[in-house]
Amino acid sequence: MSAILDIKNLTVTLQQSPGVVPVLENLSFSVKAGKTIALVGESGCGKSMTALAIMGLLPDGFQIAGGSIALEGQDVAKLPGDALRQLRGNRMSMIFQEPMTALNPVYTVGDQISEALRLHQGLSRQTARERAIAMLRAVQIPAPERRIDAYPHQLSGGMRQRVMIAMALACRPRLLIADEPTTALDVTVQAQIFDLLREMQQDIGTAIVLITHDLSAVADITDEVAVLYAGRCIEQGPTATILNQPQHPYTRGLIASVPHLRLGLAAAQPSEALEEIPGMVPGLGKRGPLCGFAPRCRYSAGPCLEAPPPTTGTGSHQVACWHPQGEAA
Amino acid sequence: MSNDTLLEVNDLKVHFPAGRAGAFGQRLTVHAVDGVSFRVPRQSTFGIVGESGSGKSTTAQAIMRLAPITAGNIRLGETDLTTLRGDALRKARRHFQMIFQDPYSALNPRRRAGDLIREPLDLLEVGSADDRAERLESLLRVVGLPPEAAMLFPHQFSGGQRQRLVIARALSTQPDLIVCDEPVSALDVAIQAQILNLLKRLQRDHGLTYVFISHDLGVVQYLCDQIAVMYLGQIVEQAPSAQLFAGPRHPYTWSLMTAAAPPGGLRQSLKQRFSLRGEPPSPINPPAGCRFAARCPFADERCRKETPQLSVAGSGHFVACHKTEEVSAAGRSIMAAA
Repeated sequence: MSAILDIKNLTVTLQQSPGVVPVLENLSFSVKAGKTIALVGESGCGKSMTALAIMGLLPDGFQIAGGSIALEGQDVAKLPGDALRQLRGNRMSMIFQEPMTALNPVYTVGDQISEALRLHQGLSRQTARERAIAMLRAVQIPAPERRIDAYPHQLSGGMRQRVMIAMALACRPRLLIADEPTTALDVTVQAQIFDLLREMQQDIGTAIVLITHDLSAVADITDEVAVLYAGRCIEQGPTATILNQPQHPYTRGLIASVPHLRLGLAAAQPSEALEEIPGMVPGLGKRGPLCGFAPRCRYSAGPCLEAPPPTTGTGSHQVACWHPQGEAA
Repeated sequence: MSNDTLLEVNDLKVHFPAGRAGAFGQRLTVHAVDGVSFRVPRQSTFGIVGESGSGKSTTAQAIMRLAPITAGNIRLGETDLTTLRGDALRKARRHFQMIFQDPYSALNPRRRAGDLIREPLDLLEVGSADDRAERLESLLRVVGLPPEAAMLFPHQFSGGQRQRLVIARALSTQPDLIVCDEPVSALDVAIQAQILNLLKRLQRDHGLTYVFISHDLGVVQYLCDQIAVMYLGQIVEQAPSAQLFAGPRHPYTWSLMTAAAPPGGLRQSLKQRFSLRGEPPSPINPPAGCRFAARCPFADERCRKETPQLSVAGSGHFVACHKTEEVSAAGRSIMAAA
């Protein structure tokens, strides 16, 4: 099956007074129908910029300087504004991190879900409303006939995120981008939202790009993982491989720096010291051609400080590092 | 009270008025914290976990005397914090300090980092001006910031560094107790580890006692000796950390653990038995009977009528549930199969 989304060598730059600063460099990945890829990394790594570039929503000053973003074969990076508007909310849509700020407080949730249906599918007010009720039911909101006339402030955080999902999926998009869809929610509700996303995905066959900073939380629902650091993809591969045999020191650090819950017998053992990654992500404009992680990396030596890291790997697992680490995680 | 207990909370209640149901209706009350008791031994860490609305932050604020206490009392060492007023309370504050969740809003953007850290010392008039300057330098060193940081403004720091400033400020008065309200949840994962390790080291070096509020079970397990699980204003389960994670006895604890369990077969089978439907009910006039009954996969008639009391379930292990036998048996069989 061909890919729904195929990104090749995407480069995004920021125009600043002294010159042009790269924000994303040579990013490539693709997602097939019904599959999910996770973009992982700290803030400032370019995860959200990637999402905005795909949606054609880059802020002022940022521009796509090279590469292509193909949505079912059509390069959206080169489309004019009104052609993009035809796509957004229709063939591709996005779920934002904070449902309270992403919903319009002065319209009912029914109006907001119907808007996309009426715009893109030319439905009448009445049919759109019926479809909106069906969507609310699909995202498991109780009493959807009444909730459709509710305003966002009348709903809880979890409900609002369900409304966002209903809105994003109303036109059965081919591609869904979810930017940290659960960070604003409680843990038990997070699990519900991920289950819902997966069900809806199986139903519609949508390709999902899931942006997250916690790899293990999304391991169940993703097929592939791309780890970003300072605007570059440093490691990419199937989820199980990345989780169990990460090779890039940054990926290994990310996984080791989260205290993982130990249950049952393992809980009796005292906690091991948590590994930390010293320092922080270099700012925009402070990134040279060399490995961006080298200043924080305990293995950095010799070639790391002389030339950009080569991309190596077998099959689907690729890593950009001079000193990829062995199997044992 | 025994000598090694630093903080003692007895039947704490914090209720807030929430207007009326309609113009002439009944007065409504938010039962934010509804009868919470626990003891924290010196130099240990007491974790409180729960979802938003469970009352964990309100408990923290009540301990800090930042929330109105409706009933119950809080003792820190020999002092009853509940009855302190005015100047006596202000003086006592040097013994208990707080680390806030959001280091962006916890620091005044118009003051320099050094002034912010010194402020508690200046206000409480601790030592001479020279002492305070010296203390500032050592505090910055302790939290891993260079001495030049004192001259900078908060916006010149990253999130992790700001949290270090907040920690330095909390440490400045050499408190016995530090209440940490979700100190790492606003930070990036890689930075979280730095702050957690710093908190651990500070506890060891300075003999600190922590009350640690979090919704992240992994973090709580890493840091805490004792853990209380709160739901809708009440403690539903409390146990030493190792014991709690080896075998919880309350269905809510199981569901929190399910949500945080490492990915794999175990999480899948836990999910089938313990995952929750819906969201916590409103803390305004909470339901009769067990407050968790509406979401509990084990609940029956009795749970909806009779409120379960916190009772002993092992050494130092307390649970408030009618179905605890059935719940632990279900959990044990899943864990054994994995």
